[in-house]
Amino acid sequence: MSPVERSYLGVPINKPKVAFFEMSSCEGCQLQMLNNEASLLDFLSLVEVVNFREAMTEKGHDYQIAFVEGSITRSDEIDRLKKIRKQADTLVAIGSCACFGGVNQLKNRFELDWVKKEVYGDYPIDTRKVEPLSAHVTVDLEIYGCPIKKEEVERIVTNLVLGKSIEHPKYPICVECKENHNVCLYDLGEPCLGPVTRAGCDSWCPSNRLGCWGCRGPVDEANVTQLKEIMAQHNFTMEQMLDRMECFGGFSEYITEMKK
Amino acid sequence: MKLSCDINVRHLTRVEGHGNIHIKIQDGKVEKASWDVVETPRFFEAIVVGKHWENAPYICGRICGICSIGHTLASIRAIENAFGIIPDKQTSSLRLILKHMETLQSHLLHLYFLAAPDFLNVGSVFPLIESHPDVVQRAARMKLLANDACDIIGGRRMHPTRTVVGGFTMLPEKNQLLQLKSRLEAVVADLLATAELFQTFSFPDFVRETEFVSLKGDKHYPFIGGDLISTDGVIKAEEEYLAMTNEYMVDHSTSKWSRLSRPSFAVGALARVNNNFSLLHPVAQEIAGRFSLNAVNHNPYMLNIAQLLECVHVVLDSISMLDELLDTPWQAPRTPVEPKEGLGVSAVEVPRGILYHAYEFDASGRIVHANCVIPTSQNNANIHYDIIELAHQYTAQGKSDSEIQQLAEMLVRAYDPCISCSVH
Repeated sequence: MSPVERSYLGVPINKPKVAFFEMSSCEGCQLQMLNNEASLLDFLSLVEVVNFREAMTEKGHDYQIAFVEGSITRSDEIDRLKKIRKQADTLVAIGSCACFGGVNQLKNRFELDWVKKEVYGDYPIDTRKVEPLSAHVTVDLEIYGCPIKKEEVERIVTNLVLGKSIEHPKYPICVECKENHNVCLYDLGEPCLGPVTRAGCDSWCPSNRLGCWGCRGPVDEANVTQLKEIMAQHNFTMEQMLDRMECFGGFSEYITEMKK
Repeated sequence: MKLSCDINVRHLTRVEGHGNIHIKIQDGKVEKASWDVVETPRFFEAIVVGKHWENAPYICGRICGICSIGHTLASIRAIENAFGIIPDKQTSSLRLILKHMETLQSHLLHLYFLAAPDFLNVGSVFPLIESHPDVVQRAARMKLLANDACDIIGGRRMHPTRTVVGGFTMLPEKNQLLQLKSRLEAVVADLLATAELFQTFSFPDFVRETEFVSLKGDKHYPFIGGDLISTDGVIKAEEEYLAMTNEYMVDHSTSKWSRLSRPSFAVGALARVNNNFSLLHPVAQEIAGRFSLNAVNHNPYMLNIAQLLECVHVVLDSISMLDELLDTPWQAPRTPVEPKEGLGVSAVEVPRGILYHAYEFDASGRIVHANCVIPTSQNNANIHYDIIELAHQYTAQGKSDSEIQQLAEMLVRAYDPCISCSVH
């Protein structure tokens, strides 16, 4: 790691020891960290990485900030997570799986026995209902997205290191979409959860003409009733709306209300 | 004195996912050697049941963070095969360039960040930032190009946004492709420098005779669809994939295992090269000569070199496809989709080997049954048998426990396993 000392407004910056861990996931969010080619080296000079199994052999256990990806789907993960919680001053959940259960929680639509049989037949396999990290430990900070967006991670980590407060946007994706001068996806004939999803990704999918699937979870006071009307006006079915709202688990508390 | 040791590597580092190596040697005799996959299953094949076809590429693409583009394209192809959709030339070319760029970024990540540290005797790429800055900068520069290309064509380097059944939600601008082409031309020199770097590494001379399975190229080095072939002479059609994969469960692994003509087989860059050597770009074939890599090569450590050859191939192939696209006016980005009842199967070569997606649809286009067979799950049995043979050969050669451990770790890493993917 680079020994270059950093300072901010002349004040030396404390270089925290950070570690990366994963529960059940595609490990894509950690990979996003390595995908920052242009700013990776700069980013690495801000922190001291002591544990990152996907990238390094050395394993340090004296970290202050733990970034944890993935959801809880087996009992041994709870023990691992609790140990991480005990060590870390700050535990950051990264990505939809860690924050809400992610695509993994779609499994919870079914009986566990059926799920096991469908994939493994009669072979015994250990699994449990999918849960986000917060079901078992206190999570200090959540970084949303499937996958997480590197620019957002870098901004948040810089603020963490500088001791600045971290706030997520309180407005929906639609605001960013307008800023990006995108044609509304509804006008292009695509369903979109932009009106009810928390911003911060710079309307990543809608800017590529893919309607939002809500991976970042609900914006404060999400108006789902209004969304239902918009969907109906544009001839989208309740199934299409539900498919998106249940995909990552962020909207779970709204699903019951929606089905009314 | 004869070697006695108990090597236990729990959660091997610099690989994707969770696997353990266990080698027990008593008085120079190998008592136990195994590759155990302890990853948690996520049950993708069950969670898409009942879902409308549109959900499949979006959800199943998320099986893997490294090869999400490959999974998305495999899912799309399976659905298009089920519905009888044949993509036009423009869509096929853009998809293949997109896949090439994923192959490039994935292979480079493996070669420089995961494998190279072993050959340079460091624990990660991080110390190389200071000791070999030019090497790390070259790696970052090439990886950035590959990832930027995925952004331009797929909308996003990970979990792509523009790739849909029937084509793309939107197309790149021609000037973006023009810039991409000139950046690709510039990267050729970096790849030749990579070859020179890897020529300075010494590769273990371990050999175990292996059956290699991949797509069978016809006129082109194969990546998307076509017949399946093995070096033991088995040839099957794409939709007969189950006869090629033969999955079964073993006690010490949450990943399924596969076999064909022997107790195990290998997939991946070396399998593709072994089955399709003459279809590699001539420049890649010339580089193969520098490493004395001829088909069929049975040294798993040469997987690293096979990946290097493919990096060269995909860059040069992309340049010629871009030339053609730049000379042709854009057609509509996507065609309409009509669901049909039935089964759709796809075989796609992703960085770590051949990947199969299969879905059975009802008349409304909802998924009745899904199956995904992952490259690493096909490789897991082969890695296991390699480790047993490695333990025997290196114990007989009088290597120490730490040498055997390092060689075993390097062997598993050579397969570039994507373990969480293999359990999915």
